[in-house]
Amino acid sequence: MSRALISLPPQIRKGEIIEVKALAAHDMETGFRHTQTGVPIPRNIITDFTCSYNGAEVFSAQLHPAIAANPFLAFSVLASESGTITCKWTGDNGFAVTESVAINVA
Amino acid sequence: MVLPSPNRLRSTSPEDAPRGRATRLLLAVFLAVFLAVFLAALLAAPAGAIAADTDPPSGRRSGYDFMGRETRAMQDDDAANPAMLWMLEGEALWKRKAGAADKACADCHADAAASMKGVAARYPAPDKSGLKLLNLEQRINACRSDNQRATALAYESRELLALATYVGRQSRGMPVAVATDARSKPFLQAGRDAFNRRQGQLNLSCAQCHDDNAGRHLAGNAIPQAHPTGYPLYRLEWQGVGSLQRRLRNCLTGTRSESLAYGSAGLVELELFLMWRARGMPMETPGVRP
Amino acid sequence: MNLNRKKYRTASRRTFLTAAGVLLAAAGVPAALAQSASSPARSAPPPQSVLAARVAAIRRVTGGAAVNKGRVKLELPELVDNGNSVSLSVRVDSPMSASDYVKAIHVITEKNPQPDVVTFRLSPRCGRALVSTRMRLADTQTVLAICEMSDGTFWSGSADAVVTLAACLEEI
Repeated sequence: MSRALISLPPQIRKGEIIEVKALAAHDMETGFRHTQTGVPIPRNIITDFTCSYNGAEVFSAQLHPAIAANPFLAFSVLASESGTITCKWTGDNGFAVTESVAINVA
Repeated sequence: MVLPSPNRLRSTSPEDAPRGRATRLLLAVFLAVFLAVFLAALLAAPAGAIAADTDPPSGRRSGYDFMGRETRAMQDDDAANPAMLWMLEGEALWKRKAGAADKACADCHADAAASMKGVAARYPAPDKSGLKLLNLEQRINACRSDNQRATALAYESRELLALATYVGRQSRGMPVAVATDARSKPFLQAGRDAFNRRQGQLNLSCAQCHDDNAGRHLAGNAIPQAHPTGYPLYRLEWQGVGSLQRRLRNCLTGTRSESLAYGSAGLVELELFLMWRARGMPMETPGVRP
Repeated sequence: MNLNRKKYRTASRRTFLTAAGVLLAAAGVPAALAQSASSPARSAPPPQSVLAARVAAIRRVTGGAAVNKGRVKLELPELVDNGNSVSLSVRVDSPMSASDYVKAIHVITEKNPQPDVVTFRLSPRCGRALVSTRMRLADTQTVLAICEMSDGTFWSGSADAVVTLAACLEEI
């Protein structure tokens, strides 16, 4: 099951500011909905996102129920060296997904 | 105020009489010919052949054109399109062995990018016997039960949608090309009749919104022409990927008509007609729609 | 010929045109009112609890410090296709150097049941203060982005969006 997807541009030059796009599969149940019989549906969301570049955290985010389902985040990163970009999503009910992509800086 | 003299209001002078009669006769003839042609055209709405009046209005536009800039960007960017998560799952399922035969789709079909190219653009299509019309999801399930000897996947299940999205993706950019041969004709006609039939509490037919009023707005939402070029697609309203059948069922409920069961002949025939109506338009699977 | 009938026809045509004009004007007034009611600036104010929650959210972010308007550009579609998923981006005018960078960007709504949307935490290694996401908007409203700089100052920008409900109700 494909839980998450990280996308980087294909060719990266050293010193270039690149856009990283991160997509995760998650319903992001707000906690404000009810079933048809009036029973509240409990909140179940991704609450935290972190992005590390060769082990050092460069960007993070705290998400609330107002973030749309299958959360999408895009942010900038200064490409300094080749290595690995690792993104981690954590949330309610012990949700935890980690995904890594190689970053090749020319 | 000067009123015209009574004589001018109706000519009764003798010298006008023959000319007046001739004019009236000519007018009568014109009217008769016009009526005859008009009625003939009206009654000529064919019951058999798929005729030109079923062509959608000139200038067919995908639902893509009716969306906002940001939603279009979501579809265009694989890195931002949530349906890609389903597509990637489909890619994984393609390689996974299943059923009593312990075979994966890849074992017979190898690389989907080659073997499935153009396939989704041809569905729905009749099965080998020609007696049953199958949509893409049903064709996938038929292959699962016949060749993999695995249980069919439930309609709208994550796995079935993932496989249909993955297969559909291999036709992206290709023109919709459903068959219109003798075998398909009865199904196509049934679908066409369903599209034009008034039904439900609102006594509405699909054509009334999607042919006659496409481009106008219904409660703040644009009414598209209803070309299913992007299915399975990510619908913002669903917050997930769904099939064309799900959308059709929702539309039936929305117009206060009795909905049809998943996989029913009525829905598949309507799918076929809609795809025929969209013939030649490029496939967009997996699309994004409001 | 009946001259009286002619006068009657002329008079009735005038009457009809006048009546039509009055009807059109009368129809136009409520339409104009509806128009202004739907624009964000004039839409119904949220309930007191929602207003209070929003004020509290801003206070939590700023700690009561002054918020300057500017440097923050929040982009939203003016008319959203669907309130379930609204693309938003925030761009902040900042060199993003080690000594002068954006520490955090907080997005807060006006009328959602909960005011907080997301908090982005940046570092100089971002290179550029440009973030995007997709959010849920419950109603036509103004969305606010408050940016916390490395020098401790706060800056804000906002944008309006109109949200409509889907025309056809669906089965769940």
